[in-house]
Amino acid sequence: MTGTFTHEFGPARRKFLKQSAAIGGGLTVGFSFPGAFAQKADGAVEINAWVVIRPDDAIIIRYARSEMGQGSMTSAPMLVAEELECDWTRVKIEYASANASVKRKRAWGDMAAVGSRTIRNSQEYLRRAGATAREMLIAAAAQQWGVPASECSASSSFITHGPSKRKVSFGKVADAAARLEPPKDVKLKDPKDWKLIGKSVKRIDIPDTVMGRQRYGIDAQLPGMVYAAIAQCPVFGGKVKSVDASKIQNRRGIIKVIPLETYVAVIADNWWRAKEALRDVAIEWDTAGNSGVSSASIMEFLRAGLTQQEGLAFARREGDVDQAFGAAAKVLEAEYFTPYLAHATMEPMGCLALVKDGKVDVWTSTQSVEASLATAAATAGVPLENVEVHRVQLGGGFGRRGGGQDFVRQGVAIAKAMEGTPVKMLWTREEDMQHDFYRPASLIRMKAGLDASGNPVAWYSRVSAPSIVATLLKLPLKDGIDPQAVASYADQPYSIPNVRIEYAQRNPHVPVGFWRTVGHSQNPYMRECFVDELASAAGKDPYEYRLALLGKAPKELGVLEATARAAGWGKPLRAGVHRGIAVTEAYGSYTSAVAEVSVDDKGALTIHRLVLGIDCGYVVNPDNVIAQMQGSAVFALTALIWGEITIKDGRVEQSNFHDYRLMQLREMPAVEVVMAPSGGFWGGVGEPGQASILPAVCNAIYAATGKRIRSLPLKNHGLTLA
Amino acid sequence: MIELTVNGRKHSVDVEPEMPLLWVLRDVLDVKGPKFGCGIAQCGACTVHLNGEPVRSCSVPVSAAAGQKVLTIEGLAQRGQLHPVQRAWIDHEVPQCGYCQSGQIMSAVALLGKNRNPSDQDIDAAMTNICRCGTYARIRTAIHAAAKTLKSTKA
Repeated sequence: MTGTFTHEFGPARRKFLKQSAAIGGGLTVGFSFPGAFAQKADGAVEINAWVVIRPDDAIIIRYARSEMGQGSMTSAPMLVAEELECDWTRVKIEYASANASVKRKRAWGDMAAVGSRTIRNSQEYLRRAGATAREMLIAAAAQQWGVPASECSASSSFITHGPSKRKVSFGKVADAAARLEPPKDVKLKDPKDWKLIGKSVKRIDIPDTVMGRQRYGIDAQLPGMVYAAIAQCPVFGGKVKSVDASKIQNRRGIIKVIPLETYVAVIADNWWRAKEALRDVAIEWDTAGNSGVSSASIMEFLRAGLTQQEGLAFARREGDVDQAFGAAAKVLEAEYFTPYLAHATMEPMGCLALVKDGKVDVWTSTQSVEASLATAAATAGVPLENVEVHRVQLGGGFGRRGGGQDFVRQGVAIAKAMEGTPVKMLWTREEDMQHDFYRPASLIRMKAGLDASGNPVAWYSRVSAPSIVATLLKLPLKDGIDPQAVASYADQPYSIPNVRIEYAQRNPHVPVGFWRTVGHSQNPYMRECFVDELASAAGKDPYEYRLALLGKAPKELGVLEATARAAGWGKPLRAGVHRGIAVTEAYGSYTSAVAEVSVDDKGALTIHRLVLGIDCGYVVNPDNVIAQMQGSAVFALTALIWGEITIKDGRVEQSNFHDYRLMQLREMPAVEVVMAPSGGFWGGVGEPGQASILPAVCNAIYAATGKRIRSLPLKNHGLTLA
Repeated sequence: MIELTVNGRKHSVDVEPEMPLLWVLRDVLDVKGPKFGCGIAQCGACTVHLNGEPVRSCSVPVSAAAGQKVLTIEGLAQRGQLHPVQRAWIDHEVPQCGYCQSGQIMSAVALLGKNRNPSDQDIDAAMTNICRCGTYARIRTAIHAAAKTLKSTKA
């Protein structure tokens, strides 16, 4: 089965290059991988794993990770194209196959779109792949002409021999180029010579989306396919005890009821029938002793982590905080809390799978095709090379579709029980809301000592929070530290001589996972609000106060200054409007935010303006960076104002968008993005934007009301959006 | 049998009258543009036009569409020409993941069908579809741009 989606520029859209239609086989070039598919039925030639060239000069650039709106499916190939010197208008982007990755010893490297790392982790090998292919094309043309390669250059998909002005297109020499030994060492362009990187390029997936042609996991369809709806034990950790499906036995379209360990699946000839019938299946659950857990009991459990003496881990220890607190002119202490949050991707979890003849085919919206493939293989009990995870666009990811892979495990388990028949499983929104891997709740105590002039001399944080790494990934923690739990404390940028950061790992029964911006979705809020408290206690302007402490952090300093300047920090505002500011590193980028807010006497909050600064080093696709910053604002403000998953009787109380509010268009404030790229490094873009927004708004609320917001969301403080 | 016209084509479907229009479109007629987001008419990812009016098809029983005209994102382009709203969505790079966008576009087309020159307040009131990626600023810009195009083509 082939499920290759192709994207094409130009007037004609043609389906081409089914990866299974390979002929030729033996030619391996570019990177070392055996059994490569080199020449295609349409004459397309694979120069290396990333670059395929057709005789008509169409350039196919492969994209390995997932596209979920972050725009990497366009910006990653831009890096290849930059070095390849090809005509971007003739570039088509094609997903790399997960199955081929297994057979070709991970020729495309890490295929996961997680951690804002597509550009920053792949940029070097992507640019190298483009440069290597370019050098091979030049060498092939030079050979044909009998001239030294050093006299030839490539530009816009043509190779030119300088002295004779002879020209040949890439497509004409691709076959010969593919037979050459790839050069071991290629020189990458100086950033000042970039033609494509740094220019706003249209995202290639957008036309399909606006025509309703974009295909997501939920849209996958196979002949003879049946549908599954599932009910999972509402109490985390629980199991199926008994199932009575007698009421739906003769119902139209119902094919089968499959009880599995922790959930029950109803199979029907369409999904609506399966879902409706499931409501009439009587399921008794064994709640594994968790039915008494509540938000209050979880809070009590986390609170114990603030005072526990045993089992602590230390993320940073510098100087002697206790002595410094004793000598300080002023000591401040505060407790901050951030709640569990659901991802709420617009496309609920789902998976289409076919288990047949020892092979598994999966279509699912996943951030990690490799993790999905491994999960499918393990669940079906087949070797990795017998599985293909077909590529689709994701209806949102935000971390939900990376580490867990619960939806693949379920989809394949159900398909295995229906062997030979393709089954498309889909969750209801309610299942999705109540069976997430939530952004961890986190309770933090902070303490700081100021000297007589208000400068901080000591900083202490105790983080009491679950560990995603230990519970979801089930990996051992280095020195007992989950880096996400202490992110932005352990690496706080301010010049403070005495610092101690402690971590008390506390894992309630609620599953936790990577939620967009992860630790930086919560810790910078707490850190930057507390820094604001210090500035107030010192009687200093919060911007000036930070500036003075960032002497050893030039990147933070730079983005803070650029953002404050753009926002007009210090300039008078109209009556009742107040500013707040924040700065932090996140995912290798540096962000800052200035918020202008007013709050009326009834607690109605108006966010008049948000100025968001980012220094991501090099900017690949500027308009996409702006889009990610705008989106980050909506994501962050949704969490700030309404975001809260609460637990009662061991289960999640929220169930759908009526009680888990997401921001709407009319509620989005004006957002201005300040690009402050300092170059010299490659930072992330999808996640950093959120980090500074929450504290900037909370600090502005303090400036407006004199009230510190030490727990989220705002709705619990009597604040609503005006 | 229930008869309905989808994007100009007549269909008759043998389904329960209470089956939501969304699932008839997606699972019976293989019209995959309208998306499932919430099932309770909250998010608008399933928005289609029923006789020109935007409806949340997850919460409209197919019987309510019997004998009527349904327009989905797939039927918006006319004779290979994208609708000005679709054009504006491309020009302003509106979508991110894109999952909600067929619903957003159908809501925007319906708004412009009634109101050729919507104010920001009109857009606020009409565009209640949820976008988790947060593309709202661009949706607003694109609606204003499409309104301009419509004005100049009609003038």
